[in-house]
Amino acid sequence: MSITPSIVNHVARLARLELSPEERERLVHELAAILDHLAKLNELSTTGVEPTSHVIPMTNVFRDDTVGRSLPREAVLEGAPERDGEFFKVPPIIETEPEP
Amino acid sequence: MDSRVHAFLSVDKSSALDAARRWDARRADADALPPLAGLPVAIKDIICSQGLPTTCGSRILEGWRSPYDATVITRLREAGAIVIGKTNLDEFAMGSSTENSAFGPTRNPWDLARVPGGSSGGSAAAVSADMVPLALGTDTGGSVRLPAAFTGIVGLKPTYSRVSRYGLVAFASSLDQIGPLARTVADAALLLQVIAGRDPRDSTSADLPVPDYSASLPDGVKGMKIGIPREAIGAGLQREVNDAVLAAARVLEQAGASLIEVSLPTIEYAVPTYYILAPSEASANLARYDGVKYGLRVRTPDIHAMYARTRGEGFGTEVKRRIMLGTYALSAGFYEGFFLKAQQVRTLVRKDFTVAFGSVDLVLMPVAPTVAFKLGEKAHDPLQMYLTDIYTIPVNLAGLPGISVPCGSADGLPIGLQLIGKPFDEATVLRAAHTYEQSTEWHKARPQLT
Repeated sequence: MSITPSIVNHVARLARLELSPEERERLVHELAAILDHLAKLNELSTTGVEPTSHVIPMTNVFRDDTVGRSLPREAVLEGAPERDGEFFKVPPIIETEPEP
Repeated sequence: MDSRVHAFLSVDKSSALDAARRWDARRADADALPPLAGLPVAIKDIICSQGLPTTCGSRILEGWRSPYDATVITRLREAGAIVIGKTNLDEFAMGSSTENSAFGPTRNPWDLARVPGGSSGGSAAAVSADMVPLALGTDTGGSVRLPAAFTGIVGLKPTYSRVSRYGLVAFASSLDQIGPLARTVADAALLLQVIAGRDPRDSTSADLPVPDYSASLPDGVKGMKIGIPREAIGAGLQREVNDAVLAAARVLEQAGASLIEVSLPTIEYAVPTYYILAPSEASANLARYDGVKYGLRVRTPDIHAMYARTRGEGFGTEVKRRIMLGTYALSAGFYEGFFLKAQQVRTLVRKDFTVAFGSVDLVLMPVAPTVAFKLGEKAHDPLQMYLTDIYTIPVNLAGLPGISVPCGSADGLPIGLQLIGKPFDEATVLRAAHTYEQSTEWHKARPQLT
């Protein structure tokens, strides 16, 4: 399996992972070796075999629509890296227009 | 002692002592005590518990405290258990040696130069070194059974969905299962009894009655049919492991079971199947660690840089490797060739077990191909590390219950016997394991930590 630096860069971007140049270099080789091993699955014919996503047969687990106890807001916000009152605070997502 | 083994990441000494005093005061009223009254239980640090940090062995959650208890913790507390501390693990349960913890490795109490197995290595080492009588671990590809085997104790992975996953930090949701670690099969049965059963907070938990596991332990194995897969014996196994496992089979035969050769032809495809499915699920589950709601945040003026840099600094090498592998397998152009293919092979692995269980009650095989290896021995070769789990992973792919019970020793290091049951038939697995254990002395051997 050929893994190029540009594939590693692309996948790292999809995964929102910042990698050092050394990590990228190492992953090119490691992923290639691992994917070579995984390609062993191609020895097996799976034509017409249903995929398994979950081992226990289950469809639509229903429950009554009753209001339960939820976590106290304060307890949850205590773990936040940054907050503003009752909100999680993050850096700007959309650039705001300058005030007129 | 733990300064040398490093089984624990945190210990709640003062509340544990308070709880112990409260239970001591109630001892006079012995009949009214709940099943685990006053017993200290160690918890793998990937299960949320109030009052102690939940780190998952990761810098990205260092210092984070869960605002709620996992269902298994609630049930332990109701049963009188004392949650004494949180144990070390491979980061986010990804590993087979507990070397992937951001807080340093755990050592095997039998030989401090060797790994305890993983990923529940801290829980296994704590039980093995007699620090606690009981512990909880989690098993996604062998993470309860492998460390149990490497440290000479009992470890059970219940059927997928037998135990609620509410409050278990998700790694690979279709495979993850919480299980007990204990010194004896009877203790493991007691702990399973407390944590098993339907939980409305985990809609995948099975709505099936939980039998009395302890009650059927003494029933023996007379008439039981035990299958030995021809693919799991011989080549690729350390000779002492092979011999110990076959000797264990003969002990069960002498106790009244009949041994039957079975075949699991797709077993050799289980590791590659797992290393597509588990990292794929992990890459989605770990998307939540982005510096917003909990844990580490690397401050940057731009939100996209914050996500990437927080994750880049917060995750360790193996976690990044698996996120990359999973993201690759799920990305456009590769999904059908990898993810879908692996899900189809998963069906074939399940079918192998279904066919085998048409003629036997249990499947018997090793837990691991070797005894505990040395720290650092496989740390730089991910593929060799992955292959440690060749005998445990098929059981997770098929969602079956499996136990590791001590069955021998090589160079002073424990060997584990694996017994695998039909879905939700933990009772038969425990009964056979108990029968074996009581016929031998292996479970009485303890490491000599000086």
